[in-house]
Amino acid sequence: MSALLTFKDVWVEYGDKVVLERVNLTIEEGSFVSVIGPSGAGKSTFLRLVLGQEAPTRGQILLDDRPLTPECHPDRGVVFQRYSVFPHLTALQNVAFGLECEKSPLLGKLFGKARRDANALAREMLAAVGLEHNLDVYPAQMSGGMQQRLAIAQALIKHPRVLLLDEPFGALDPGIRLDMHGLVTGLWREHGLTIVMVTHDIKEAFKLGTRVLAFDKRRIDPQAPHRYGATAVYDMPVKRGETPAPPAFA
Amino acid sequence: MRLVNIKPRRGAGILIGAIPIIALLIAYALISVARADANPNEKVLPTFVAMAQAAVQLTTEVDPRTGNITAWSDTIASLWRLGIGVAIATLSTLLIGLALGVVPLVRAALGPIVAVIAVIPPIAVLPILFIALGLGEASKIALIAVGIAPYMVRDLAGHVASLPVEQMVKAQTLGANSWQLTLRVALPQALPRLIESLRLSMGPAWVFLISAEAIASDVGLGYRIFLVRRYLAMDIILPYVAWISVLAIATDAILLLISRKAFPWAHGDGH
Repeated sequence: MSALLTFKDVWVEYGDKVVLERVNLTIEEGSFVSVIGPSGAGKSTFLRLVLGQEAPTRGQILLDDRPLTPECHPDRGVVFQRYSVFPHLTALQNVAFGLECEKSPLLGKLFGKARRDANALAREMLAAVGLEHNLDVYPAQMSGGMQQRLAIAQALIKHPRVLLLDEPFGALDPGIRLDMHGLVTGLWREHGLTIVMVTHDIKEAFKLGTRVLAFDKRRIDPQAPHRYGATAVYDMPVKRGETPAPPAFA
Repeated sequence: MRLVNIKPRRGAGILIGAIPIIALLIAYALISVARADANPNEKVLPTFVAMAQAAVQLTTEVDPRTGNITAWSDTIASLWRLGIGVAIATLSTLLIGLALGVVPLVRAALGPIVAVIAVIPPIAVLPILFIALGLGEASKIALIAVGIAPYMVRDLAGHVASLPVEQMVKAQTLGANSWQLTLRVALPQALPRLIESLRLSMGPAWVFLISAEAIASDVGLGYRIFLVRRYLAMDIILPYVAWISVLAIATDAILLLISRKAFPWAHGDGH
């Protein structure tokens, strides 16, 4: 396994508020990293850094040993808790979108054979997430679980180097959530994905992850709590299949 | 049962809705006939028969002065002005509103000037339009466009800017550049909203049209109403008002139909 993502002394500050401090991490290719921590501990900021939605105030992030462009890029796919799919496109169009953008810079739309090829790939991807019977359905007609399946298929069609999941199952029923755990685990194994998942659910973090990062503040100044930022205070490797007892920091 | 919990069924609902309209028509008929009996020269409340006679005359007889059938030439002139004015407003709204909503730099540059223009009462600039564009068609069309475009631009820009940021991020992770983002994500989601705000703007558009026609024109629905007002010709004014309402309702229905057919996902009824 080689280093895919490297954080070198990364700080994020908003004005005089420090959100993340001294984040030093290496994420290996093929790992499934769960990120947990209390609200306001910089989990989302960490995800936005990897996504390129935000740039570090100090420090450096490397992807495949090259500095990460501080802008969203197809080498990093994402699935959010909500609003990940386009409401005005059918399932098939949602998944083909990534292919169309790549091959048709002017119109963002393919025609003829190129379109049939793109649709065939999109159909394959939809079948992989179990949506092969819902090709022409709009997201509004889908359940929450189906929408998340669609969002995953949409992201995977670009073969991202790393897939970012931002509380992807937070809004789903417990039963559906279990199905989704199975689906994500299967896709992770089959496609050899590298996944970074932010979650509130500690059990989920340990069940799915090969490594669990817990973000929190190391130090708290009672007079100026905003002056110390959070960092990865626990970094636990998990052997999949066994569920260690969650530590007491929860 | 509490009053607030009594809900009419569909058939009954239509019937209940029709009662006030029918009652109003019957009351008008009774009063107008009574007044016509008392005074054969009564003008203020013409009977339905008198209005029908006037309507038939206006829709069938050729006006010897112009060589046209009055009602039709008025309708065509007004709809043409309204159509061109609304089309200009809609097209410019689409371009400006989309740019304002999608590109933060454009929003920073043009947002304030659009906000300033939007607070100017359009009728107040009508004299400027008459001076700048003359008394012909251009000034009337311009009044309609200037009157409704600022509201529509702000509405559309606000709608596009409030599209979930997750969608924009997702599109970028799928490889979309700024242009593709505008074309494939923002534009399709802006169009149903544009039609919606156009439907709301049709009322003001008619107001601006009739105002412009009332002040300087020689043909048009608004011109006719204000012309025959001098003769207290309520038998012409009332059918004209009814006709304008019919045109407005038809326009609204057509716009709604277009939106439902073209953007089924925006109306929650699938495809």
